[in-house]
Amino acid sequence: MLQTKNLKFSYDGKTFLDFPDINCQRGEQWLLLGQSGSGKTTLLHLLGGLRKPKQGEILIDGKNTGQLSSTALDQFRGKNIGIVFQKPYFVRALTVEENLMLAQELAGQDVDRDYIYKLLNQLNVGHKFKSRTDNLSEGEKQRVSIARALVNRPTVILADEPTSALDDKNCHEVIKLLETQSKEANATLLIVTHDGRLKELIKNQIEL
Amino acid sequence: MSNIKLAWKNLTNKPLNMMLSLVLFALGVGMISMIFLIENQVQEKFDKNLAGISLVIGAKGSPLQMILCNMYHVDDPTGNVKIKDVKPFLSGRNPLIDKAIPLSLGDSYKGFRIVGTTQDYPELYDVKPKEGKVWENNFEANIGADVAKIANLKIGDTFYSTHGFLSDGMNGHEHGQFKVVGIFQKSNSVIDQLILTTTQSIWEVHANHDEPETTETTETTETIDTTKEETDNHDGHDHATDDGHDHDHDHDHDHDHDHSAPQKPLIEEVDQEITSILIKFKESSKKSFQALTMLRGINENTEVMAASPAIELNRLYDNMSLGESFLRNLAMIIVLVSGLSIFISLFSSLRDRKYELALMRVMGATPTKLFFLIILEGLLLAVIGYVIGIILSHLGMSVFAGQMEDKYHYSFTATKFLKEEFYLLGGALFIGFVAAVIPAYQAFRTDISQTLTES
Repeated sequence: MLQTKNLKFSYDGKTFLDFPDINCQRGEQWLLLGQSGSGKTTLLHLLGGLRKPKQGEILIDGKNTGQLSSTALDQFRGKNIGIVFQKPYFVRALTVEENLMLAQELAGQDVDRDYIYKLLNQLNVGHKFKSRTDNLSEGEKQRVSIARALVNRPTVILADEPTSALDDKNCHEVIKLLETQSKEANATLLIVTHDGRLKELIKNQIEL
Repeated sequence: MSNIKLAWKNLTNKPLNMMLSLVLFALGVGMISMIFLIENQVQEKFDKNLAGISLVIGAKGSPLQMILCNMYHVDDPTGNVKIKDVKPFLSGRNPLIDKAIPLSLGDSYKGFRIVGTTQDYPELYDVKPKEGKVWENNFEANIGADVAKIANLKIGDTFYSTHGFLSDGMNGHEHGQFKVVGIFQKSNSVIDQLILTTTQSIWEVHANHDEPETTETTETTETIDTTKEETDNHDGHDHATDDGHDHDHDHDHDHDHDHSAPQKPLIEEVDQEITSILIKFKESSKKSFQALTMLRGINENTEVMAASPAIELNRLYDNMSLGESFLRNLAMIIVLVSGLSIFISLFSSLRDRKYELALMRVMGATPTKLFFLIILEGLLLAVIGYVIGIILSHLGMSVFAGQMEDKYHYSFTATKFLKEEFYLLGGALFIGFVAAVIPAYQAFRTDISQTLTES
């Protein structure tokens, strides 16, 4: 469950970004739509616990993340929130498999190799688990970063423009994957995008 | 995945950057460690061979040269002194002197110096024969442990001495025949590298060649002709003042000396020469006024020279320490530059890796974790550089030891590790830490949201 109440944020302390209240139930898929500069990414960072709000509450599974200490927030984020970024980032010195293992370890979880292979296979990159991330194609990178977002069985999955660099075919595929995976994990999926193609695919929508 | 493993993977991901830092670091550490090793072993050799000797008396010349030659056997003699000029020291009547040991140098075998002396000499170093006995008669010899090993001599073997100290025998000729009667135990003192015999043996060898007119010494020797084939070797030598003895006769003396006890006490051979006397004062008189002024007294009032090993060695160390401190400073600069190179390489790699670091934060890493990750990378570089440097210095030391062994017959070891090298590890870790601290602080301060929005 992902909820916000009266959420406000300001970069300079003068002008405030006002965000509409959000109420997404567990296992639902939502689309957060908005033009460039409307504060989409800021909202995603707030929801993901990468920034702290100036005002208002963010509740994830009933927990107000804005009130956690920074160490507790780091832990909480690693464990409960999976984030898929617009650009797929990896620790480049590590292989695909090691990147996913690192994600589990940093979240304070035990390494679960079986689950890692299962995820990679479901995402059709099982054969790449020993590859350096630099050697993957863009589509493969995107899929591996989806796997990483899911690897700790989070309650919330946030995706920031996951399809903006993809053609129609891949765009559909990625959304499909995100949908099925989040459903399987019973996680709330929130996709932040300005990509109009997604409007037809996901009914629950919030406009900024 | 442990932080160490992650740090290691990050370093090896950029092998060229790592290499540069490592090479510099290893070079600096290697130089410092090698200076320690050489300094330590040279000093140890010198100190061990002091053996309580307070004064060396010999012909006038360079005091340092006299010390090096007569105590460490690495330089040429300053000349010879006549027994009559040094008789007061040898007589045993001087109340200050515990032991006065005459040394006669000038000959060698395969580069090992033959020293004509008394049995007090090995006792000074507390060295006893491991096999055989201590020499008593002329042309009996005791050899040091290294001599036995390298020249491959056993008890009962005979060998010919060569004039001069060079192993190739270029400026020498084979003369006296010596017989090995004892092999000393290994002592790590200068005795290991020496061949010891009676002073009279040296005189006799030289009497036959250099002063053919002193024929009374050859009179006593037997004339069994066993080495005819050696005759040619001696054709070039000047035996022109042949006083009635036939030529062959002379040679036979050379190679088949009488192994009899010396005829007269050393002290009565007033016109014979020795190279030096090593003086050991009595424990009770060591610090006495007379002992302390003896050096000056000898140098001002006699034809011979006295030198104190302690004073000369300190002077030598002073001279050495000048070059040494230059090298040490140079090595320090190299280490500092390598620290700088570690800093630059970490700093620039952080710029490439800032998204990675932000990502690790997203995945749950605390800022402290990132700080220690980068610190660990710096420390890891320092430790690896240190290990390579120590390996280099010990390899270098083994090369140096080989050269010293060839040149001076002094043995050094490459396998000895010093506590200074351990302290050096502390220094290396410190530099690794300092070089990493600014990049680590930057990683600590990574603002996730800002970094990820920049892209």
